[in-house]
Amino acid sequence: MKTIISGDQIKSDFINRVSEISGENFFNCYQCGNCSAGCPSVDEMDLLPSQVVRYLQLGLAEEVKNCKSMWVCAACTMCHARCPKGVDISKIMEALRVLRLREVNAQPRVDLTDFSQDYLERAPQIAIISGCRKFLPL
Amino acid sequence: MRYSYFPGCTLYTKAKKLDDAGRECSLKLGFELDELPDWTCCGATFPLVNDQHMLMSGPTRILADTKDRGDDKLVALCSVCYNVLKRTNHVMLNDEERRAKITDFIERDYHGEVEVLHYLQVLRDEIGFDALKEKVVKPLEGLKVACYYGCLLLRPVKEIGLDRMENPTIFEDFIRALGAEPVDFPFKIECCGAFQTVNSMATATRCSREILSNAVQNGADLVITTCPLCQFNLDDRQPEILKEDPAFTTIPVFYFTQLLAVALGLDSGNLGFERNFINPLELLQEKGLV
Repeated sequence: MKTIISGDQIKSDFINRVSEISGENFFNCYQCGNCSAGCPSVDEMDLLPSQVVRYLQLGLAEEVKNCKSMWVCAACTMCHARCPKGVDISKIMEALRVLRLREVNAQPRVDLTDFSQDYLERAPQIAIISGCRKFLPL
Repeated sequence: MRYSYFPGCTLYTKAKKLDDAGRECSLKLGFELDELPDWTCCGATFPLVNDQHMLMSGPTRILADTKDRGDDKLVALCSVCYNVLKRTNHVMLNDEERRAKITDFIERDYHGEVEVLHYLQVLRDEIGFDALKEKVVKPLEGLKVACYYGCLLLRPVKEIGLDRMENPTIFEDFIRALGAEPVDFPFKIECCGAFQTVNSMATATRCSREILSNAVQNGADLVITTCPLCQFNLDDRQPEILKEDPAFTTIPVFYFTQLLAVALGLDSGNLGFERNFINPLELLQEKGLV
């Protein structure tokens, strides 16, 4: 697959916006991979956390926008704790999620009617509330 | 000693046992948890992007209420509430612009004056584990405990500052004070999958399986936690794990305050163990503790 990299795409609005609202500078990352080694969700990810940052460095907005990884991140912040450069990928993943959820036609990522009554009775409120806050359109 | 106390939504219903045991034990240990009047939900998530100020209005109001009743400390038992309140307070203390936006919006005067404490921190720093040890009437001898911290009690370390990130010891020190033996448990700071339980349940199941298997491999009789979300994932995922792997050894998971109550000789009938999927009562009876 041919990947085109250009200065324009690195400075695109989407990439700038992710950087702005996450408060993270992608260029601090030197791709050591500690984040991906410690991430509990990598089994369900298509791009590793370190790859998400690499793609952002290269301005590959479409690939990052459509990745599954942001939706399976549990915001446990292990990536940040182990990053030698202090990059907080949980903030980057959250920025990607909220930008998707703020789109005009954004679809909910969870539907509480999918859950059985029994499950909803067992699940603590914090699971439901934080799940809704992370996965419903804003 | 008296502290303002924020129980949070889950401790009023699904994690009542964490709350009940915590309150009963505090009286036995000589401190009072004075519930904050008219509290609201903390929001259960700390906003990780810097343009979502609205999510901090709830926790800021809770902190301002604590200040306005004349208290400078607020105790939480739930790891999620603790994390949200503590991180919000960090913003109130260190980010003038965001603080002004939020406090102007909720029309409150608050500058981060309240210190947010976890119950474990009160035991360690204010009561002292040595003093706690003296109050134990039923030492939990022979009980091997996996102390599960999870994420929110510890991270991010610069904002939470309860203990070290990679090898915290507050929970193990607490368990030793009760006379039990903490096992070596490398997965103690790994994530249980957290809120992914409502979206990517496979993540929560796999994470829980890895954590619990690690506890069992290291000889633990039970796992204790401070977090209702961790307790739910680790306990509730076990039937699913068993379906995937019939050789999986189940293990009870319950709250640290429940174990504290047993050690302090409080009535185990009030501890609500029957709500756990893997009922710990059998184990505690076997060990002669209840």
